[in-house]
Amino acid sequence: MTLAEMSSNFLYAAFIAYLIATFVFGGAVKGNKAGTYNSESRWGKTAFIITIIGFLANLAYFFTRWGATGHAPLSNMFEFTTAFGMTLVGGFLVLYSLYKTPVLGMIVLPVALLIIAFASMFPSEVSPLIPALQSNWLAIHVSTVVIAEGILAISAAAGLVYLLKVVDLTKKSKQRFWLEAIMYSLVLVLGFVIASTYFTATGYEANFSYVDKEGLEAEIEYKMPPVFGMNEYTALSEGTMTPIAEMPAVINASKLTTVTWSLIVGTILYWVIRLIARRRISAILKPFVKNVNLNLMDEIGYRAVIIGFPVFSLGALVFAMIWAQIAWSRFWGWDPKEVWALITWLFYAAYLHLRLGKGWQGEKSAWLGVIGFTIILFNLVAVNLIIAGLHSYA
Amino acid sequence: MDKMQCQCGHVNPPGTILCESCGRSLTEKEQNSKLVDMRYEGTARRSQTYNKSIIDKVWNFFSSVKVGVGIIVAILVAAAIGTILPQEEYVQVAVRNEDTIKAYYSDVYGEIGRIYHFLGFHDLYSSFWFIILVGMLAISLIIASLDRFVPLYRSLKNQRVLRHESFMNKQRIYGKGYAQEDVLAKSETKLKELKYNVTRDKNGLLAEKGRFSRWGPYVNHIGLIIFLFGVMLRMVPGFYVDETLWIREGETRAIPEVPEYALESKSFELETYSGEEKDGAFSEAVDRVGSVAKNYQTDVILYKKPEDSLPGATEDMEIVEEYPIRVNQPLKFDGYAVYQMDFKLDELKAMTFALTNKETEESLGELTIDLINPEKLYELENGATVELKGYYPDFSGFENGEPQTATPLPNNPGFLVEMTTPETPKGETSFILIQNTIEPFGENQFKLEFQGVETRDVSGLTIRKDNTLPILGLGGLIFMIGVAQGMYFNHRRFWIQQKANGEIILAGHTNKNWFALKKDLDQVSAYASLPAYSDQQEEIEKQLKKEGEEAL
Amino acid sequence: MNEKKKNKKKNRVIMRSVILFLMIAAIGYTLYNNATAEDVSVLKVGDEAPDFKLVDLEGESHQLSDYKGQGVFLNFWGTWCKPCAKEMPAMDRQFDVFKDQGVQVLAVNIAQSEFEVQSFADQYDLSFPVVIDKTKSVMTAYNIIPLPTTVLVNPEGEIERIITGEMTEQDIEGFMEEIKPE
Repeated sequence: MTLAEMSSNFLYAAFIAYLIATFVFGGAVKGNKAGTYNSESRWGKTAFIITIIGFLANLAYFFTRWGATGHAPLSNMFEFTTAFGMTLVGGFLVLYSLYKTPVLGMIVLPVALLIIAFASMFPSEVSPLIPALQSNWLAIHVSTVVIAEGILAISAAAGLVYLLKVVDLTKKSKQRFWLEAIMYSLVLVLGFVIASTYFTATGYEANFSYVDKEGLEAEIEYKMPPVFGMNEYTALSEGTMTPIAEMPAVINASKLTTVTWSLIVGTILYWVIRLIARRRISAILKPFVKNVNLNLMDEIGYRAVIIGFPVFSLGALVFAMIWAQIAWSRFWGWDPKEVWALITWLFYAAYLHLRLGKGWQGEKSAWLGVIGFTIILFNLVAVNLIIAGLHSYA
Repeated sequence: MDKMQCQCGHVNPPGTILCESCGRSLTEKEQNSKLVDMRYEGTARRSQTYNKSIIDKVWNFFSSVKVGVGIIVAILVAAAIGTILPQEEYVQVAVRNEDTIKAYYSDVYGEIGRIYHFLGFHDLYSSFWFIILVGMLAISLIIASLDRFVPLYRSLKNQRVLRHESFMNKQRIYGKGYAQEDVLAKSETKLKELKYNVTRDKNGLLAEKGRFSRWGPYVNHIGLIIFLFGVMLRMVPGFYVDETLWIREGETRAIPEVPEYALESKSFELETYSGEEKDGAFSEAVDRVGSVAKNYQTDVILYKKPEDSLPGATEDMEIVEEYPIRVNQPLKFDGYAVYQMDFKLDELKAMTFALTNKETEESLGELTIDLINPEKLYELENGATVELKGYYPDFSGFENGEPQTATPLPNNPGFLVEMTTPETPKGETSFILIQNTIEPFGENQFKLEFQGVETRDVSGLTIRKDNTLPILGLGGLIFMIGVAQGMYFNHRRFWIQQKANGEIILAGHTNKNWFALKKDLDQVSAYASLPAYSDQQEEIEKQLKKEGEEAL
Repeated sequence: MNEKKKNKKKNRVIMRSVILFLMIAAIGYTLYNNATAEDVSVLKVGDEAPDFKLVDLEGESHQLSDYKGQGVFLNFWGTWCKPCAKEMPAMDRQFDVFKDQGVQVLAVNIAQSEFEVQSFADQYDLSFPVVIDKTKSVMTAYNIIPLPTTVLVNPEGEIERIITGEMTEQDIEGFMEEIKPE
């Protein structure tokens, strides 16, 4: 077994451990009637240990892959996103050991699973580093950022638990709508994973030539049946679906097709769940948070931001600027990734000021935590895949 | 607004919420609430208190957190808009000027692009309103910090040990009950063990830890101000150099903005991953993507000119160092850095021809014309010569019968030559282009047959000096110290009082991490048998929950 | 007490005004620098012309400071630049008129080969010195961007005028008149 193969086996192991731990945490939540931090049940302990085992396997994945590639595995979409899943669990472990709240595990672990599954949809073979990335700063800068984001994401998880408990699902309200929207978007990610896996497994392929936005001929390969066609496309493969609509050159119709399939599959899945359970997903989860201590959740959310913010400042701004000065000759160039790191930082700065200066605690804080996570995800997914820039490595 | 006198006799500045001395609530709102508002210790934010002249009004505006957050959000939204379409500097146009860039946006992005450009979003981050927003943030940082720091500092410095009972019982952590005589002494011992600073006054005790964490926000704001100051200095001429130098293999060039140095490019190298042998692990990735760059490198020699040397003079240049400039490994000297940023491969450098008899195809020998520095006369075997009459490195056509060159670069070289051989002693004239030969004075006996080319690469280097880096670094460092100080440390306080009737009241406060505060208190309680305490905020919530359930 | 209060208030207003003024001035200055960042040219009319030393086609060195007391007509050019070629004959004719009145013409070629420059000089039969700026250092020192650019240096060694683009014979005559020593 090569190091690279070993590495992917470790990742599978971690994935399975997290999956099991999710259910055990679910059991622990059911058992924890008092809802306080000093009533950790045996279930909770078991789940915690399984999570630690999973996390160790995850670390083993990380370092064996490091060994296999010769560089910190943080250099493309697959590697970075997987690492984000890992640090999310890491952040959870830190806060769980402080507060012993199994309900947090029940939320964090499925999200981490989704993130790792999402990551696996990207090319995962070991790949070499382009010159700009050949620096020790790759490990220093990116690992600091990914750790910070993992910790900050915990604040969203705590916020979500908080919201699940306080939002009244019996009455129509904006809060109820947005809470369900969060659930729906999580299901959409699953939709993407299912759609990608299905079409990859069936080996779907369709090739087109098209005219890009600079007016040049180019070719593209679709991995999913083309719902949308590229600008002035001509089909190169036979027996594939004819696109329903042609897109202008500025829109990448192939990516739009992927998004569309994820939407279709995700939406179907969402309604299947809703029809079977005959209620909203937030309502399915509601019983689990019945005994949650709101104050504690608020504090966890706040602490996650407090721990994560300095780390994020260090990694995403300070280290980023130092490296940019070395590699690109300027510490700041308004590249979209840089801008979104700044936006994330400004957002959490606003969070802290609102909380400290204006007393935004509890529900408001919880919503902000969730929004912060959305910004992080946007920077991770959209800025890499949609907005072109220097950081588009994947 | 008038000064506010508390029942205890202390006179507080107008706007104070909690008496600076005893802690009694001074406002009606505060008196009616179950818990006191401990932000800024209940002191008056300075600006709130005066609101008279325009200066005061402007000052108050910037002092408000609401305004500060508003500016942050405005910058955040503006910055996000700037990423929707690429910024002007990342746009690729053949000829760069305002019109072509404007045309690019509307051609590529249609109506949206046109509007985007019209609103000035194509150069958002150096637009005047974005700079004004950042400037307003700087003003807000300074004023809001000053307004809060001064009273907070005063108040924490002059803390009294004995607080009024109404201050104590409105703290989130509060307890009351009877205990043993020596409870204060025992608490003191334990608290000191837990690294608290303990002050005793009569029948009371104040234990405090980590007060310096309260200065964290102000320290990090100072860091940010220094950083922004550095950014401002960058725009002052002389602080910042950003030049591009295109240099060809073999060339020696003066370094723009650095007259005392010159740079010679020995060679440029582009390497890609082979996917074999040493990088065999990457074969799959290389196969999928096609080609992955491994290294861009320009080997240079850095020369220093003599002290009194003038521009143009090339004598007595001294070699300072030879250095391979690579991405992530700039050449550094004397406060400057030279970066590998770009390249162009395979510019023509020299062309080789054979002087050939058209009929017999017999060659009289070869000649190589250096396209950078051509010679006038080339002598071959048997006394044949080729004389260069004209050289047009980038031939672009004829004008009045004269060959023209569009640029000084050998992109499309044209040569006007006279070939003389023993057979044709009068000489034959020929105009030679790539894949084309013109014989202006009739059919020639000889021709120059193309044999091959030599090429050279061009390196795009960036020359950078940034004298503001130390300032920016200092700002960043202070900022990081400030956030760590403010966020990784907590300001915890306990007040314990023994009333005349022997009853003990205790209260605790922290700016964050109540969980750890309770743990500390639990330890002290265990040792000194303090009366039980409760978390009043949780009590309130339980109450609310109960009321809510009853209402159902 | 009242006096003290009044003083305090006055001090407060002054303090606040000063801080606000400084901040606004800093922003204004930044805006100004930002707006003018692009047209910062290194040299301006009235500056001392940077000295340089270049070698002409005959192998003779020319140092700008050697011509102090004379007006120097400094023309930056290249063989590929058509307007440069167009103004050369006129420059040559006017040089003939003004050379005895203390005006020197120096044609600075931008880093081309001797062959090209020599052919050009022969073709136009130029009588003024043609020097080659091989490392582009003079071009850098004078911040020359478009060609042709002509820099007029007066007898005091100061820059009298900077002309970008082609000149007519009348222009050239007028310019030489301008830098002619008294």
